[in-house]
Amino acid sequence: MLGFFGVGYQMALLNRRFGLSLTHLSNAVIQRQFSITGACQAIQKLTRVRVVDNSALGNTPYHRPPKCIHVYNKTGVGKVGDKILLAIKGEKKKALIVGHKMPGPTMTPRFDSNNVVLIEDNGNPIGTRIKTPISCTLRRREGEFSKVLAIARNFV
Amino acid sequence: MGAVQLEITAVLNAVLYFTGCFSLSGYRVSSDGKPPKFQPPPKPVIIDRKTQKEERRFLSPEFIPPRGRTDPLKYYLERKDMIQRRKVFNIPEFYVGSVLAVTTADPYASDKSKRFVGICIQRGGKGLGATFVLRNVIEDQGVEICYELYSPRIQAIEYSTFDVNMKPVPRMDHEEIPVNKLQVRMKPKPWSKRWERPKYNIKGIKFELPEHKMKAAQKWSQPWLEFDMLREYDTSKIEAKIRKELSEELGK
Repeated sequence: MLGFFGVGYQMALLNRRFGLSLTHLSNAVIQRQFSITGACQAIQKLTRVRVVDNSALGNTPYHRPPKCIHVYNKTGVGKVGDKILLAIKGEKKKALIVGHKMPGPTMTPRFDSNNVVLIEDNGNPIGTRIKTPISCTLRRREGEFSKVLAIARNFV
Repeated sequence: MGAVQLEITAVLNAVLYFTGCFSLSGYRVSSDGKPPKFQPPPKPVIIDRKTQKEERRFLSPEFIPPRGRTDPLKYYLERKDMIQRRKVFNIPEFYVGSVLAVTTADPYASDKSKRFVGICIQRGGKGLGATFVLRNVIEDQGVEICYELYSPRIQAIEYSTFDVNMKPVPRMDHEEIPVNKLQVRMKPKPWSKRWERPKYNIKGIKFELPEHKMKAAQKWSQPWLEFDMLREYDTSKIEAKIRKELSEELGK
């Protein structure tokens, strides 16, 4: 499941780097053979995540996708509202999980990609705007994430 | 009503037939001297609108109890609660593929309620735990939310608004319901599941795989499954009983 998302991500990265649209390639049936471990679906160590804010660190292309290297949780599995350590562009950065592919409790949204917002150690977000929709359950912890919620635009 | 109509037409036909036998044509000598050719009576055309309308009525799938050894009392009690909820709150008839807009209560939203529009991709669960999943793509991000039909947090379920200028297409009762024949293309492999296998029974998706791959996938087909008698679950009597119960309760 991650590989399925990874193909699109790699194509998007290629598009950004070369500035061309390689959509004519994607129309042909490209059979990519690479092995993927079974999806754990929530976020744990070595999951590739997608940074959704408009920070420079999250949006500049790099030959490796941002990966989680630690989850600040008693269990090693991160759900919405957990802080994680990300490895982006060769540096370590903390991030907040805003949505994951794993189906959570009923009435909560399930996203098609694992979304993450870059954050400083004190909890201040690095970017200035979050366009993608964010789970409403984050609003419950208004005290910790007030600044992140302030820059978010859509709530689902 | 239909039976009475049938009787009347049968009597009429009998009368016509007999009059044909004993009428003048039998005794009258026709112009060319031969007996007149026997004209069979016209076949009765019975248009039974009432039974056709009854066949079309919708029973929500979560009312039908699953096959098992649990006491039917449990399902009866659940159904009573479901009917209670339906009396207070209108749950419209919808299927997988219909576009719905759901308003839920949310203590953290500014006006205490949240609205989500989406296409229904799945209906599951039986009894009070019946759920449906709505999917939408917001700002290039696919979002799916699983709602419980009988949750008290849901304030309204309605069909999403269509274009005001669209007029409903008039359809006769006995015609077939039009089905969308759109075929969706798949992204290139690898997929999260081997969707080409017949176990998933996918309709409406065009797999652009080579012929030998599609043939190899058919190796996992189980054609005996539809004839398996142990898996048969005839819900016609159960459905009729539940329909009667519902019409009585909701009619009050």
